[in-house]
Amino acid sequence: MDSNLQEQLQLLPVYFQGHLALTLVALFMGIVVSVPLGIIATQSAKAKQPLLSIISIIQTIPSVAILALVVAMLGGEIGFLPAIIALTLYSMLPIVRNTVTGLETVPAEVVEAAQGIGMSSSQILIKVRIPLAMPVIIAGIRTAAVWTVGLATLSTLVGATSFGNYIFTGLQTRNLVAVTVGSLASASLAVSLDWFIAGIQWLFENKTKGQPSQRYGQIKFAVIVATVAGVSLSAYALWPKPKADFIIGGKGFTEQYIMSGLLAAELESVGFTVDLRLGMGSSVAYEAVSDGSIDAYLEYSGTVWANVMGKSDNPGRTAVLEQVTDYIQAADGLVNIGSMGFKNLYGFAMTKARAAELGVTSIDDLVPIAGQLIGGGDLEFFGRPEWASVRDAYSIDFAEKLTFDTTLMYSAVSNGQVDVIAAYSTDGRLAAYDLIMLTDPRNALLPYDGFLIASTAAANNQKFISTLQALVGKVTDDTMREANKIVDVDGGTIAQAISYLRGVIHLEFIDAE
Amino acid sequence: MIELTSIQKSFDDGHSFAVADTSFIVSKGEFLGLVGESGSGKTTTLKMINRLEEPSSGTIIVNGKNILDQNPESLRRNIGYVFQGIGLFPHHTVAENVAAVPQLLKWSKQEITKRCQETLELVGLPYAEFADRMPNELSGGQQQRVGVARALAANPEVVLMDEPFGALDPINRDMLQEEFKRIQAQLNLTVIMVTHDMTEALLMADRIAVMKDGQVLQIDTPAQLLLNPQHEYVKDLVETPKRRTDRLERLMQSANVGLS
Repeated sequence: MDSNLQEQLQLLPVYFQGHLALTLVALFMGIVVSVPLGIIATQSAKAKQPLLSIISIIQTIPSVAILALVVAMLGGEIGFLPAIIALTLYSMLPIVRNTVTGLETVPAEVVEAAQGIGMSSSQILIKVRIPLAMPVIIAGIRTAAVWTVGLATLSTLVGATSFGNYIFTGLQTRNLVAVTVGSLASASLAVSLDWFIAGIQWLFENKTKGQPSQRYGQIKFAVIVATVAGVSLSAYALWPKPKADFIIGGKGFTEQYIMSGLLAAELESVGFTVDLRLGMGSSVAYEAVSDGSIDAYLEYSGTVWANVMGKSDNPGRTAVLEQVTDYIQAADGLVNIGSMGFKNLYGFAMTKARAAELGVTSIDDLVPIAGQLIGGGDLEFFGRPEWASVRDAYSIDFAEKLTFDTTLMYSAVSNGQVDVIAAYSTDGRLAAYDLIMLTDPRNALLPYDGFLIASTAAANNQKFISTLQALVGKVTDDTMREANKIVDVDGGTIAQAISYLRGVIHLEFIDAE
Repeated sequence: MIELTSIQKSFDDGHSFAVADTSFIVSKGEFLGLVGESGSGKTTTLKMINRLEEPSSGTIIVNGKNILDQNPESLRRNIGYVFQGIGLFPHHTVAENVAAVPQLLKWSKQEITKRCQETLELVGLPYAEFADRMPNELSGGQQQRVGVARALAANPEVVLMDEPFGALDPINRDMLQEEFKRIQAQLNLTVIMVTHDMTEALLMADRIAVMKDGQVLQIDTPAQLLLNPQHEYVKDLVETPKRRTDRLERLMQSANVGLS
């Protein structure tokens, strides 16, 4: 079997448990909350419209935004809880709506008969209306189940394990095998869950007195087996595990996947157990280390400077790093263990051929000709403080500014559609597309030193600190670029990039001794 | 015994009256037909007796007690109720449907089973064959037999019926009418039956109240209504079945002539 596929399939049991637990718990919560809400809506005309409107509005908020908002409302807590809250909110609409429709479409004559023989309104609800509305309510639960399985993949963004780990890692590291495995697994779970609920419904509808048919027995057996399996797997996934010594976090792009893997591998080599929380949003990672949900990850000085501290000036590489170190210590009790040695900053890049043709080596050289050039950037660059800072420091602007998905941006500069792009300094594709970085003599671009950020608690562990300190200064720009290139350009796996990095680090380490 | 005194019912705060100043007495064991076209107030009158509608003014006494002094649910559990929509619970078996009121009255399990057997046999549905069937497996006539059995299950003295045979085909309707009349006599039930079918009322009821625009125009025995109608409308109404019978008779005669 293909080693990449084998690597992905080894992750399946853990991701499956995580995804199943998220889905079943969220769906259970959704049913427990939504069916009573649906009943309330049909009992009170005043409550009905506002209730249905609020639930519809929740549904229109983009799911990624709901996840981010729930994390913020929980004070930065990541993992299972925020994911469950968001998924429960999302499961509500189809269940509430179908409960209302189901109860309202019970034939009037049956309700009148129930009234006429002397049932109270609560008896009518429990003995007549709810049982008769059940097929419609269950149809709503089936819709919610399929939605929840799909949306649970997004839980990865807030640090809850799911099939989304496959999809996000795969998308960021251009590993289509991982994306495919994740999508198929998620689709299969959705279909199985749908069948399972349909099976329960069938059992209810075909309940007869006397001897049950053979088919009834078989379906009943299948439903019971599936229930026991689903509940015990979820319980196993949620059962408090012996906690790993440390939890390493990471954001959602190639360099981050490699670096978190490297930190984990180094810590495990000295005997610690380590858990990973990968693919987190940039601000989620910082919040998570602040409240101790994770112990360490690789952060960039410029990111903290601009996004956490809200600064827009650029006092220079050393000053930024010093002030960031002081700030995270004072504001959030976090420790800067040290810089890795590379910086991943935005920088202007051109093909070597085009640069030679125009005689350009620095941004200064662009100043007289920028008006005739086409510039390219990723989707956010021209809206970021970095661009404003370059524009003001050099008083330049391009004739045209185009934005691209990162992969397309590199091919655009390579085939001459744009003259210059805002690239990432450690990107492996610089080498692959034969690009050079222009120097920044006026220091307009913020420095993005990669440094190891750790919670105070973790930093108090001497062995932990010394293990990570041994990595400080060991990964140069070139080394990091090569590691990224293994994944982004050569189609290698994260594991291969990590072992490349470890080889370089330990070789140097031996040399230094 | 049922006694209505000066009953009025308005659905629009007194601007118009669905039932206006209606009084009548139905004695124990009597079968009263309540006849009129749609909108005459006959169904509203019926529904006020088991408090599915509340009268705007007036008093209703059932078995010596003012119905407004009773909890509506327990009142209804002691009054049988049969209506055109039948309204069997589609998710319950025939036996469970018949057991509905005894269950509400918290009878013991043995009592309920015994009574289900009795009432199903009474309406001509053998218990062994029908008890476990679902309503959608029955014909319309069988469904209404179950409806009647459900109404009689808790031994009510009073039974209210709202167009009970209206949805049945003519043969079943005829059969059920006769059987119900027999059951009513056998159990000495006090019955009020709403119908717009004068023939049905004439054949089944001991007395008939003719309603129009919320008023009772005349309340009398079938014979008195036929012989001595006191309104044009009543006269038209009772003569319709007579005219139809005459036409049928002439048809039969000409058929006989043709044959011989």
